[in-house]
Amino acid sequence: MTRPLAGAEVAEGVQGALPGAGVKGEGGTIWVEARDLLPVARYLKEEPGLAMDCLANLTAVDYLDHFEVVYHLLSIQHNHSLVLKVRLEGREGLGVPSVTPLWKGADLQEREVYDLLGIAFSGHPNLKRILTWEGFPGHALRKDFV
Amino acid sequence: MEVAPFGGVPENFLELDRAEGQGVMALRGKAQAPVPDPTGWLEEEVPRGLLGTSLGAFVGWGRKFSVWPVGFGLACCAMEMIATAASRFDISRFGMELFRASPRQADLMIVSGTLTWKMAPQLKRIYDQMPEPKWVVAMGQCAASGGPFAESYFVVPGVNRLVPVDVYVPGCPPRPEALLYGLMKLHEKIARENLALRREP
Repeated sequence: MTRPLAGAEVAEGVQGALPGAGVKGEGGTIWVEARDLLPVARYLKEEPGLAMDCLANLTAVDYLDHFEVVYHLLSIQHNHSLVLKVRLEGREGLGVPSVTPLWKGADLQEREVYDLLGIAFSGHPNLKRILTWEGFPGHALRKDFV
Repeated sequence: MEVAPFGGVPENFLELDRAEGQGVMALRGKAQAPVPDPTGWLEEEVPRGLLGTSLGAFVGWGRKFSVWPVGFGLACCAMEMIATAASRFDISRFGMELFRASPRQADLMIVSGTLTWKMAPQLKRIYDQMPEPKWVVAMGQCAASGGPFAESYFVVPGVNRLVPVDVYVPGCPPRPEALLYGLMKLHEKIARENLALRREP
């Protein structure tokens, strides 16, 4: 059974390694500011004690007034897991940095989130719609979609 | 945050994607109402004469036992269609064992599974490529009416929006016996159809 890490402890470690990073730990989750996502994700992957070498899942949730991008990270080496979340305020012009440089598997999942929820991933190598066709009106998984 | 969608995508790929999207939207605009089922001619009386009776019946008999399907497996119904073609249920008892990979060599399209709007132009193209006479079986709820996805933004609510359907096989998915029953009903229809009594296009 995979062991969930305590978010508060990991957040403390992140702040020690990356001073000034907007990180907050809670339960099995750490919250990251969008601008700090890439360095924090790199730290989680490359810190030997954490070694989050697998991105198990990448998705996003529409909470009407804000969006959350959710990353489920897994360490195959240590058999522990962590949830990384990024909160995005508002509904239009949303974007986060792409994590494809760290985990190749993020490629298609970021395209899916872009397609269905309209969150753009800067630095993605091929950010275009994956499920719906080009020219589809709106983003289908948004709560305001009719 | 500065975000550039389509960063790094070659421009000619995007052209293809946009053309595909325009095709889908155009087809969707045209397919707002179901195509009427081609059943009107079934009520008509067969005209007397050589074409109407003996020769017509012979041709109908011949067509009935040499229907070659084109495989259009889209979802879980395709598994049942494959099982129908395999040795236990053995579709070759009806002279139909030749599932053609090319629509140009096929008479029957078994649409088995959920049809999405993105796939719809391909279905229409395959149907248009089949030579006359041709028939369509809508297998399963999704092909018949959209099934549980009928209200969805992405699923065609019934294949009859795009092509005329001869036989609907209900079920989710239908068992191979149900498909075989539907095919036998189609055989009845084909035998009734003859040279003098043309179905409307």
